[in-house]
Amino acid sequence: MTHDVLQSARPRTKALTLNSNQRALILFVVILLVFLGLWELGTKLKLFLPIMPSASQTISDFWFWISDPFFDNGPNDQGIGLLLMTSLRRVLTGFLLGSAIAIPLGILIGLSEVVSKAVDPFIQILRPVSPLAWLPLGLALMRDSEKTALFVIAITSIWPTLINTKFGVSNVDPTYINVARTLGASRWRTITKVILPAAAPHIVAGLRISLGIAWLVIVAAEILLSGGIGYFVWNEWNNLKITSVITAILIVGLVGLVMDRVFGLLQHWVSFGQRS
Amino acid sequence: MYDSKPMVSSINTSVAHLSLHNVSKVFPGRSSLLDRVLRRTSKEFVALGNIDLDVAPNTFVSIIGPSGCGKSTLLNIIAGLSQPTTGSVTIHGQSVTAPGPDRGVVFQNYALMPWMTVAENIQFAVETVYPMMAIAERKAIIQDYIALVGLRGAEAKHPHELSGGMKQRVGIARALAINPQILLMDEPFGALDALTRGFLQDEIERIWEQERKTVLLITHSIEEALLLSDQIVMMTRGPAAQIAQVLDVPFPRPRKREELDQYPGYHALKTAMEQHLSYETRAVEESRVRK
Ligand SMILES: Nc1ncnc2c1ncn2[C@@H]1O[C@H](COP(=O)(O)OP(=O)(O)OP(=O)(O)O)[C@@H](O)[C@H]1O
Ligand SMILES: [Mg+2]
Repeated sequence: MTHDVLQSARPRTKALTLNSNQRALILFVVILLVFLGLWELGTKLKLFLPIMPSASQTISDFWFWISDPFFDNGPNDQGIGLLLMTSLRRVLTGFLLGSAIAIPLGILIGLSEVVSKAVDPFIQILRPVSPLAWLPLGLALMRDSEKTALFVIAITSIWPTLINTKFGVSNVDPTYINVARTLGASRWRTITKVILPAAAPHIVAGLRISLGIAWLVIVAAEILLSGGIGYFVWNEWNNLKITSVITAILIVGLVGLVMDRVFGLLQHWVSFGQRS
Repeated sequence: MYDSKPMVSSINTSVAHLSLHNVSKVFPGRSSLLDRVLRRTSKEFVALGNIDLDVAPNTFVSIIGPSGCGKSTLLNIIAGLSQPTTGSVTIHGQSVTAPGPDRGVVFQNYALMPWMTVAENIQFAVETVYPMMAIAERKAIIQDYIALVGLRGAEAKHPHELSGGMKQRVGIARALAINPQILLMDEPFGALDALTRGFLQDEIERIWEQERKTVLLITHSIEEALLLSDQIVMMTRGPAAQIAQVLDVPFPRPRKREELDQYPGYHALKTAMEQHLSYETRAVEESRVRK
């Protein structure tokens, strides 16, 4: 019986060999087309509110923004590329600032139980706060929307990196540390050559989450401040240009995806087959 | 090849190289308030009773005993990774309290740094122990030991690209490359298949003929102990494990695995060990059943 099944199955799989990735791709395209089709049909049949643009209109506007990303007709009329650059610069600068605080502090509290216990209440209280709650404080302290954006992003970026770094450093496999001890390695050498590389996958995982959240937050922060892709979304909404809003949403998503992938690669690169 | 360390220069062969006096280990129980609330208190556990052992220089000593009797505990104390509750460990008469590069440790689970290549793992050890060594000399030593354990060609591989046997070769090369006076090995081949294990045992025998270090090897294998050791320390079951007996293995070297059973006294030694182990192990199992 099973023999028959195998034999009859073989020629068929040869004729149409699709691995799971290819099948997923086909399904993806089908879902996309069905979605766009329903959207187009819905606007044609006037099922939505009149403000809702059609799919074809959105695609052509999307193409308009993509095809000339760097035009600059003053602060309220810029290409999507320039807007993205503003947002990315803010996110990356704020993220670097936050990471520059989070990683060393995470290492410190990962290494020292006393410091960890002493600092923990601060972390636990500040961590659950929405990053946007810091915005008025930033404005009050900095009196400058650019610096406030960096301040908010920096604070946003601290927590996941801090907590992951602490976890990675305090959970290094004790046998690695024992190896260093049996060799008589100094504390500094143990930290730099053993503990940090062992914790690296956790640290990078933390950075990855931090950057993802920073990218989430920048849009909201820019709606409240000004400039960048977030401000663009709000501006276009005020002009009732829904196609631009949808374009911005897609582009923000794509950029977020690319950044996440880059960190995914970095994570893989520091893991060396370790679980992370 | 190495700067001789002051301790090595005054080897007195009449003095025991490594001595354990009255070494015992008690693991504290859990009885804090929280433990009591959670009903997870435990009594303190006497792992090792009073252990006395003298190991002569350049001898190969195996430690064998029922599972859980405290062999690893004993080795960790000698390595300095854990402190004895009573008693002392001395090397050439100087008591040891901390780990140090005079004792090379081969770990059961290899303990290679996953982010370092084969060569870097060994380099890390050599650099740590001999920070002032010239780079050329260091490289030569690393290459020598990679060749000694038969890993030429795998220098640039990371541990996750190696088989278990290859990983343990790196572990052995790393321990030997720092030129320790004493080599401590905790079931180094426990996780390997029988063929790889036999092959590495032969390698260890060959390497030991070259290096003649003082070696302490924990093993569960009677054949392994008989092939490699000058002396076999048999431990009783825990709690409060003791040394039951120390057997001398007077076979000539170099030893050949195939000819092992033809040495006079082989069968008597083997039988003695089997009886000891089966008696102790049965007692362990029966006490477990009673619980
Ligand atoms: N940190 C610890 N706390 C409490 N008990 C411990 C601790 N470490 C080991 N023990 C106990 O001490 C005893 C000896 O442990 P050890 O690991 O030395 O045994 P072993 O002889 O190496 O066993 P195996 O042959 O299975 O490796 C065991 O009963 C174990 O449960
Ligand atoms: Mg053990």
